[in-house]
Amino acid sequence: MPPALNSRPRLAPGCRLGENSQQRVLLMPERALRLNGPSLEIVERCDGQHTVEQIVRELQKIYSKAEAQKVEQDILGYLALLQERRALDFEL
Amino acid sequence: MTSTIPNPLALIAELTHRCPLHCVYCSNPVELQSRARELPTEIWCRVFKEAAETGVLQIDFTGGEPLARSDIVALVRAARSAGLYVNLITSGLPLDETRLAALVEAGLDHMQLSFQGAREETANEISGAKSHTQKLRVLDWLRYHRVAVTLNFVIHRRNIDQLEEMLALAESSCATRIEFANVQYYGWAFANRENLLPTRQQLDHSVEFLKREQQRLQGKIRIEFVVPDYYANYPKPCMGGWGRKLMLITPTGDVLPCHAAQVIAGLSFENVKDHGLREIWEQSAAFQKFRGEDWMQQPCKTCDRRKQDFGGCRCQALLLAGNAAATDPVCSLAPLRPKVDALLAAINTPTSVQNFIQPSWLYRSNPA
Repeated sequence: MPPALNSRPRLAPGCRLGENSQQRVLLMPERALRLNGPSLEIVERCDGQHTVEQIVRELQKIYSKAEAQKVEQDILGYLALLQERRALDFEL
Repeated sequence: MTSTIPNPLALIAELTHRCPLHCVYCSNPVELQSRARELPTEIWCRVFKEAAETGVLQIDFTGGEPLARSDIVALVRAARSAGLYVNLITSGLPLDETRLAALVEAGLDHMQLSFQGAREETANEISGAKSHTQKLRVLDWLRYHRVAVTLNFVIHRRNIDQLEEMLALAESSCATRIEFANVQYYGWAFANRENLLPTRQQLDHSVEFLKREQQRLQGKIRIEFVVPDYYANYPKPCMGGWGRKLMLITPTGDVLPCHAAQVIAGLSFENVKDHGLREIWEQSAAFQKFRGEDWMQQPCKTCDRRKQDFGGCRCQALLLAGNAAATDPVCSLAPLRPKVDALLAAINTPTSVQNFIQPSWLYRSNPA
């Protein structure tokens, strides 16, 4: 299930950004995900303020050379992955 | 060689062997260390900094019961300021609301609260203590704090039929994760193995149930399930491979590649009182012993799966095959797999399933 476009993703309790040897990571219970380029841009916007739609629009601007629909699909897929790992809460 | 050793990702800090519980499957060694020999606060604090500098991202505070240390708040604070993600693996027994608030304020990221069952009676039997009601209180207090909560249930024959109730407990709480971790058979659990191993029927039923529930709770609660490897076809990649991802420090400061490594005769361990953590990680003979593939025997040596499971668990190889370099005998390709099959056959004989008779447990003791 892809997240609703009007929902506002926010990092769940116990999930936060960290850094190690110049590598940004998303720290969560029993896991850490390396963040690079787009994944970092997405996670930085999971602040309970941005809606999913706003995140998509902003990244489409940053990655304007990529096909807009592909960018949207990738973002929805990544948010669904983080949701499945229980790293996000979605606020309406 | 040094340049090819990856950085460790997590450090398991066994702060103490003292514990108010006496669980019959405790992962601590059968020979427990006393309070007098425990590392002092300042050495732990130095170790946290060295760990972060060596690349460690997460620290697990465990024990025994880590809250038995009176300096636990200071340790959490020091680990967090060193840049680590701080997990506390606890029974929740030596906790009140004030101490919980202090731990969260000090930077605790994640609490893994252990439960011995969903029902008071069986939970207390397994832990050898009146503990269940206090755990429910802690779970209630946690609602008011911004910290990740995992409920951890250690699963075995006597409670594997209560998964539905355990899940209901998690759903009614603020937990975002629940771990159903089948007992692993080392130390105290090895001594109680015949009474703990679930039957095949119980296991199949639980796997089917949890697959269904994982679907239903997707995005709400993450369910992790560890199957008992005696029933698996291939061994687990124990510790993510020896000396590849994890290290463990005992209450007295010895650095081990895994919880049970002390059962392997001939291994000697460096102590953080004498050496830096990076030096130990890269050079300790105990870490080098089973790192990479040079130590492997057949069938592991030429097996396609060796990069996936690293030959399984060295301590289990020792316990079951009498040789720590052997293929883990739970592997279906291992020459000693019939030994595991014989044990399972005995457990799955209808007359041997004594679910109604209370077994005579060997309870974990406490250090002198």
